[in-house]
Order: sequence, then structure tokens, then C-alpha cells
Amino acid sequence: MDFTLDKKHEMARSLFREFAEKEVKPLAQEVDETEEFPRATVEKMAKAGFMGIPIPKEYGGQGCDILTYAMCVEELSKVCGTTGVIVSAHTSLCCDPILTFGTEEQKQKYLPDLASGRRIGAFGLTEPGAGTDAQGQQTKAVLDGDEWVINGSKIFITNGKEAEVYVIFAVTGMIEKKPGKFVKEITAFIVEKGTPGFTFGTKEKKMGIRGSSTYELIFTDCRVPRENMLGKQGQGFKIAMHTLDGGRIGIAAQALGIGEGALERTIAYTKERKQFGRAIAAQQNTQFQLADMATKAQAAQFLVYKAACTKDQYTQDHKTSYGVEAAMAKLYAAEMAMEVTTKAVQLHGGYGYTREYDVERMMRDAKITEIYEGTSEVQRMVISAALLK
Amino acid sequence: MKIVVCIKQVPDTKGGVKFNPDGTLDRAAMMTIMNPDDKAGLEAALRLKDEYGAEVTVLTMGLPKAEDVLREALAMGADKGVLVTDRVLGGADTWATSQTLAGALRNMDYDLIITGRQAIDGDTAQVGPQISEHLNIPVISYAQNLKVEGDSVIVERQFDDRYHVLKAKMPCLVTALAELNEPRYMTPGGIFDAFDAEITVWGRADLKDVEDSNLGLKGSPTQIAKASDKVRKGAGEKVNLDPAESVDYIVGKLKEKHVI
Repeated sequence: MDFTLDKKHEMARSLFREFAEKEVKPLAQEVDETEEFPRATVEKMAKAGFMGIPIPKEYGGQGCDILTYAMCVEELSKVCGTTGVIVSAHTSLCCDPILTFGTEEQKQKYLPDLASGRRIGAFGLTEPGAGTDAQGQQTKAVLDGDEWVINGSKIFITNGKEAEVYVIFAVTGMIEKKPGKFVKEITAFIVEKGTPGFTFGTKEKKMGIRGSSTYELIFTDCRVPRENMLGKQGQGFKIAMHTLDGGRIGIAAQALGIGEGALERTIAYTKERKQFGRAIAAQQNTQFQLADMATKAQAAQFLVYKAACTKDQYTQDHKTSYGVEAAMAKLYAAEMAMEVTTKAVQLHGGYGYTREYDVERMMRDAKITEIYEGTSEVQRMVISAALLK
Repeated sequence: MKIVVCIKQVPDTKGGVKFNPDGTLDRAAMMTIMNPDDKAGLEAALRLKDEYGAEVTVLTMGLPKAEDVLREALAMGADKGVLVTDRVLGGADTWATSQTLAGALRNMDYDLIITGRQAIDGDTAQVGPQISEHLNIPVISYAQNLKVEGDSVIVERQFDDRYHVLKAKMPCLVTALAELNEPRYMTPGGIFDAFDAEITVWGRADLKDVEDSNLGLKGSPTQIAKASDKVRKGAGEKVNLDPAESVDYIVGKLKEKHVI
């Protein structure tokens, strides 16, 4: 077992760090304040290949592994949680299901534009009544000739209005699981922006990751071609769960980055800030807090990298499962991010509560990582179910 | 078109500077980056490649770990990398370095050679023009803009408050300024490919038409008397005053120290 990164991954990390410092960090505060989607940054990321890191070259991607993708999200999130989640949702929630479940025609049609960042992707599963309980779906799709007609709405959709390609889930029927017991048959579809009947509702006003364009998607007699069904009819639940397993690695990497970013800033601040005639870093309380924060961030990094490497093994051999690793990484990294950013604000004192200091934003950004793409409670369900099966 | 870009792995000044007992830089102990002027030269070559379909080879001389800077260049889009490394080449000044690089270039096909104006560790700006002398080809230095027209290059050469426009027939050598362009980022896929690529490694025996007496520390006419890191200054004093008060404050301090 070797815990060091090889030179290739080290160089990739240095690329992501340099890009984050030069292109993302200077805008992070403004993106938060204005709640504007950082379009120019996304264009730069597209040019640098960040929008298709784990997508094979034959589909216009970078042909790298999940570990490299996770490091990208981590480094971006160290300076801006919004930018981290834009890449994560696009890659894990839109590119990945098309790559994994799409037909060759669908892959050829959508992946080159997505992987090159010419088009941004999004994922629509959540509804007002269907969060953790994906079976609560109300959005329906009915086959009419050669078209599926979709009606319903999706909420809290990351990259909502900025995306052009959406992986959407809808109920396509009922299945009798046991005599007299019916469950919803869920199917996935690829829906393009501009399809008649597909509109946007309100933009969410959020606590954190405020530049990430979170919208409601509304489908009113929205007709999509039959060939836009992703996977098989009724395979939607499996596709959603598989996709979220991968997405959790992205969000775990985002949480990891937010925590690490807050730690970096706190180390710098406590060395500068003087109270009682000496830097607060000279106080044992500060030292112990920093030690705890760093240890937890390191533990989170190991879990995130382990999950990423396990998903890479899955790419080679589909018998490998990475769901539990992804759940553990997301659970721990998200709770670490919340704890570390909270301590970071505390160590910054009154200044940390102001918007002048990054840790205030980071603490707000951290909270969502405990909620989206499966709450911490869902991660505990996934982990314990594997233990007790 | 074939372009060779000479690049150098230089100390990252953010990481601190370390010296050997003989006054030369202890390169093995320092964090390194691609020299900024060279990186602009590489970007210029890659833009020519994008426009005209050139083959870009990067050439460096250095320790075995200088391979890293070649891989970085490959990850940006260069096609081939050549590392010249040999113990007998160590401690070279600009003369011995340019002799070494010219010896390597004599084995290579090129229409255009691009070097950085100067490296941030030596700041001599001599190696590029010296290479052109050894190879007997024209040189245009201090390029702030570079275009190719037919079999010639047209270069804006920076000059004090203006620039000169010069045209030279290829093969020729151009030295690039960091201001020439904004170098592109590596791509993640480019990095992966760069580590799969083979780097050509040459030693003393592979250099063509170069005398031993012109190589390495022994072949270097430059003698370093003493080298030292920047002397660290104190943090200074910060005051927050309005402009009028600031002037009085500064003048008071200058008087206090008998400067005025």
C-alpha cells in the first residue's frame, strides 16, 4: 500500500491548483455576492479540459481517471465551492450516466459537446415530494407514437438554467412487485434545452454555493424523441442510484476541498492575528484545534481518494462495487467540512463572521455537502445496509 | 514546419534559493518551474502549430529531473522532448550551455528555434543568441510578437519605448519575452499522455561537433566569485494616514534618519 501520488497525478494537482489560484480564487467572493454563474470561468475550464476529465478520448474527453477528476473538484473547491460543484454535477451526474448507460448513438451525439464543455450538463431527479425517497416521483412520461411526453417538475437542479443537456427521471408505469403491491416504474431520459414544453421555474436563493444556478425545471407536455430514453424502460431507479454513487465522490471531493481551504486560511490567519501580545497560533487551544482540523481533513482525503480509486477499478472491472466507499467518503468529508469550517470561523473570531473573510462563505458552502446527492443520513443507510446484509 | 523550443527548468523563487559550496545553484534541492520566457516561447510555437500544423520539439539540458519540465511541455501540447544530461556537462555557464545545446541541435531538423530571452536564475540573455552564432543562423531577440509568412518569420522586437519589425528567413532563432503571450494551461489528458511518452535522452557522446574544452564547468569561462540569496529585509512599518499626513510622516522619518 502506497499513500503517495505518482508524478502524473502530482502534475495534475499542480495544474488544478494553479488554475484555481489564478482563475477561480479572485472571483470567488464576487460569485457568492452576486449569485452569478461564473460563465467565463467555466469557459476557461472547458478550454483546459476540466469538463471531461474522466470521459474517454474517443468521446472527446481527457481520458483520465476518477482520482484526477476528484482532485480537480477538490482543488477548485478549496477556493470556490460553487465552481467545484459546477464541474461535479456536470461530470458525475450528466456525463457519467450517458457514458455508462447511453447507446453508442447517444454517446456520440452528446458526450463530445459535454466533455469539451461546449455544453453543460445537469441531472433532474429531485422533486418537491421526492428527495431521499426517489419513489415519490410525480413527473410522468407517456409514450405517444415515437415520442415520450413528459409532465411534471424537478427542483433544486444544479447548473439548472446554464445547462443544455439534462438527464431527467420520470414515472413510466407501475410494476407489481408482489401480488397487490405496486411500485413506480422509473425511466431516465435525455432532454435538451429548448425542447418545447421544457421551461424553468424560480431560481433558488441559497445559503451557500450561491453562483451554481439552482433552478426548478418544468415539463409541460414536453415531447422528447423516443431515442432519448437513457438505458432501458424501467431502469431509471438503477441509473439514478448508480449515478449518485459516482456523484457522491464528486461531492465528497468538493467537501474535502472546502474543509482544506478553510484550514489553509485559518493556519495563515492564526499566525498573523495577535492577542495578548502574541499570535493566536501560539495558544495551545489554537494548536489543538488546528491539529484536529488537519487530521480530519487528511482522513477525509484518504476516504475520498480510496472511493475514487475504487470507482477506477470499477471502470476496469464492473464486478467491483464502490457505493459503500463513496457513501463513507461523502459522509465523512461533508461532516468534516462542516466541522472544520465552523472551527475556522471560530478561530477567526468576529472577522470570521464577516463576508470580508473567505471562511464565512466556506462555512455556508459546506452545509450543502451534508444534504445534496444523498443526505448524511442516506449515506449512513447505505453503509449500514452493506454491513447488515 | 519543424520548431525546436529550448526550455529550462529554473528554481521557483517562491520556494527559496539554495547553493552548492562552489557557489553554483543546488538545483536538486530546489522547487522548480519552467522558465517564464521559455514558456512564452513554447506557447508561441504551439500557436504556430495550431495555425500551420508544425511539429514542436522541446529541448533542455539539465539534471535527470529536468525531464519533468519536458513532460510539462508535452502536457501543454509539444510533440517530442529531448533531454541532454551528463555529469561532464554540469556547472556550465552560458558559453558551455550554448555549445551543448548547439551540439544537440546539430542532430535535429528545424526551421525555427525559439528560446526564452533569459532565465530567471542567471538573467544573462546570452544563450539564445550564442546558439545562433554556433549554428550560423540569424537571430532576432526580444520578440514581443511573432508571425510566420512563407519561409520567413516576422518579429516585433521590443526596444525601449518602441519596437522594431524584423523579417528573417528560416532557419533562424528567435528569443521570446514573457510578454509575448499568455501561455496555455496543460490539459489533464495532456498530462496523462506526457507520462506515457518517451523522452529522448542524450549524453556527451550524442553531441555533434563540440569540443570537450567547451563543455561543463571546465569549459566555462565564467568564474563565480560569490553567490548569495537576497538579504531579507524587515517587514517595515505600516501606517494608515491621509495623503497630507502621510507626506509629513515620511518627510519626518527621512529627516530623522538624516536622509534629507
